Amino acid sequence: MSLLEFARGPAIHASLIIMVAGIALRLLGVLVLTRGADLSRPRDAFGNFKGYRMVFSRAWPSDEFTTPTRYQTIVAYIFHVATLIVVVGIVPHIEFIASLTGLSWPGLPNWMGVALGTIALASLIALILRRLSKPAVYNSTRGDYVTWVIVALPLITGLMAFAHVGLRYETMLALHILSSALLFAYMPFSKLMHAFWFVFSRAQSGLAYAHKGVRI
Amino acid sequence: MANESTLGHLLRSQGISRRAFLKFCSTTATLLALPAGVAPAMAETLASARRPSVIWLSFQECTGCTEALTRSHSPTIESLLFGFISLDYHHTLQAASGDHAEHAREQAQHENEGKYLVLVDGSVPLVEHYSTIAGISNLQMLKDAAAGAAAIINVGTCSAYGGLPMARPNPTDAVPVGDIITDKPIVNIPGCPPMPLAITGVIAQYLTLGTLPEVDDLGRPLAFFGENIHDRCYRRPFYDRGLFAETFDDEGARKGWCLYKLGCKAPVSYNACAHVKWNNGVSFPIQSGHGCIGCSEPRFWDAGGIYQSVATGQFGDGAKLGAAAVAGAAIGAGAALLARRKKARLDAEDHATQ
Repeated sequence: MSLLEFARGPAIHASLIIMVAGIALRLLGVLVLTRGADLSRPRDAFGNFKGYRMVFSRAWPSDEFTTPTRYQTIVAYIFHVATLIVVVGIVPHIEFIASLTGLSWPGLPNWMGVALGTIALASLIALILRRLSKPAVYNSTRGDYVTWVIVALPLITGLMAFAHVGLRYETMLALHILSSALLFAYMPFSKLMHAFWFVFSRAQSGLAYAHKGVRI
Repeated sequence: MANESTLGHLLRSQGISRRAFLKFCSTTATLLALPAGVAPAMAETLASARRPSVIWLSFQECTGCTEALTRSHSPTIESLLFGFISLDYHHTLQAASGDHAEHAREQAQHENEGKYLVLVDGSVPLVEHYSTIAGISNLQMLKDAAAGAAAIINVGTCSAYGGLPMARPNPTDAVPVGDIITDKPIVNIPGCPPMPLAITGVIAQYLTLGTLPEVDDLGRPLAFFGENIHDRCYRRPFYDRGLFAETFDDEGARKGWCLYKLGCKAPVSYNACAHVKWNNGVSFPIQSGHGCIGCSEPRFWDAGGIYQSVATGQFGDGAKLGAAAVAGAAIGAGAALLARRKKARLDAEDHATQ
C-alpha cells in the first residue's frame, strides 16, 4: 500500500470517525452537565433575548477595547474566513465532501483558491508571531503551539501540493491528506473545540448578565 | 527476414534510406534523453547489430500488450526493428506450437545463455495450477527463463505490478514478476497496454548501448514515465480556471473542459500519453473525452472507482461515521448524567448529615 493509498483510505477514515465521535462525546458531555435553569427573574422586559444576543454582539470587541484589539481581531477574522472559503470552496475539497454527503456546489477558480490559501497562511504566521512577541499578553501553553502547527500543516502541504513544489505530487498530496487527518482527530480534544464552545460560552455569560443586578 | 544478417541490411532491403534511418536514430536518442553525439554511434551500432535472442513469456495476460505493439502503423522503423529481433518464443506471433515451440524456447535459452532478453507480459499466479503452458506452471517457466537471461523487461502493468489478476480479491494469488525474480536487472514498462514507443525505445537502447535506461523508484524508464500526465495535458488550462465537465456529454464535456470531476487520475499518473499519444500521435483517452484511469500505476484497479475523482476518500460509505457519532453522543451524555447523579447524591448526603 503506498502512502497515498494509506492516507486516502484507513487514515482519513479513522480520523473522521475519531472526530465525529469526539465532537459528539464532548458536546453532549458538557451540555448534559447543566446545573439547571436560572430561577431568578430577568432584569428587564427583554428577558433572555439580550442574553442570546450576546453570541453575536461579542463578535467584535466593545467600545473601549476596540482600538487596542483591532489588529489581532482583524487578522484573526481574515484567517478564519480565508480558511473557511478554501475548505469549502476549492474543487477537490468539494469532491471529497460530495463523496461523503452527496452534497455539491460550484467551486472557485484555482487562482482564487491559491490566493485565499496564501492569505490564510500569512495571517496564521502573523498571529503566531504576535503570540511569540507578547508573552505577557498570551501566557501560551504547549497546547497553543501544538495546535498552531497542526492547523498550519494542511495549509502548507495543500499549497505545496497544488504548486507541485517539494516532493512528488502524489507524496505531497498524501502528506496533505495525512495532516488533515491529524487535524480532524486532534480537533475535538483541543482548544479547537472553541468552534462549538464559543456559542455556549457567550450565551451563558449573556444570560447571567441578563439576570444579575437591579431590575431596570 | 531470417536471411538478413544485420539490421542495416534488413532495413536497406526494405527500402529504408540511410537518411531515414539516421533520422530515426536521432529521434530515438532524443526521446531517451541521451546526448546528441550518441545518434551517429547508435546508427553505426544498430546497422551492424546482430539479431539478439528475445524470449517473450505470456502469463496471466490478455494479449493487449502484444496487440498494442504489433498494431503500431506499418511499415515503421519501430515495427521493422521488432521484426529484426530474433523473437524465439511468442505465443501469438510464433508459427510453431506444442512441443516444437517449447523446444525452440529451450534451445534459444541454451544457445544464448546469459545474453537473451526476457520480455514478460501477464502476472504470475502463486497458486501454480491456475496458469500453465505445456504443463509447466508460469512460476516455474519464469524462474527457468530468468536464470540465463541478461535482463527482464516487464511489458504491461500485469507483469510489472500485478495488474488486473492481482486486483481484489486476487483469487489466483497473482504477483508481479519483480516479486519472484530479484537477482536480474528488471525494467518495468507499465500501462494497460503500455505505449509501443516505450517498449521499442527500451529495446533500442539495449541493442545499441547494451544498457538499460535510467528508471524511477518503480522501475519505469524516466524517459517515458518521468512526467505526470496532468502536467502535459492539453486541458490543463481548464483545470486551472476551474472549468470542469460535470457529466459525460454535458456542455462542459462538449467544450472539452477538464475531466477531473469525472474521475481523471492524471494528477497521480505517470506516462507519456499526453505528449506522445497513441496510434502514431492521433489521440489519447482524455482527448477522446474519457478521464485517465491511471493504468501505469501499481494497484490502479483497486484505487477507487474509475469515475471517482482523485480527491475522494476510499472508505466505502459513511456508515461507520454515523455509528461513531451515535456512540460518542451516548458515551458523552452517559458520562454527564452519571456525573449529575453523583453530584445530586453527594448533595443529598451533605444535607442529610447537616
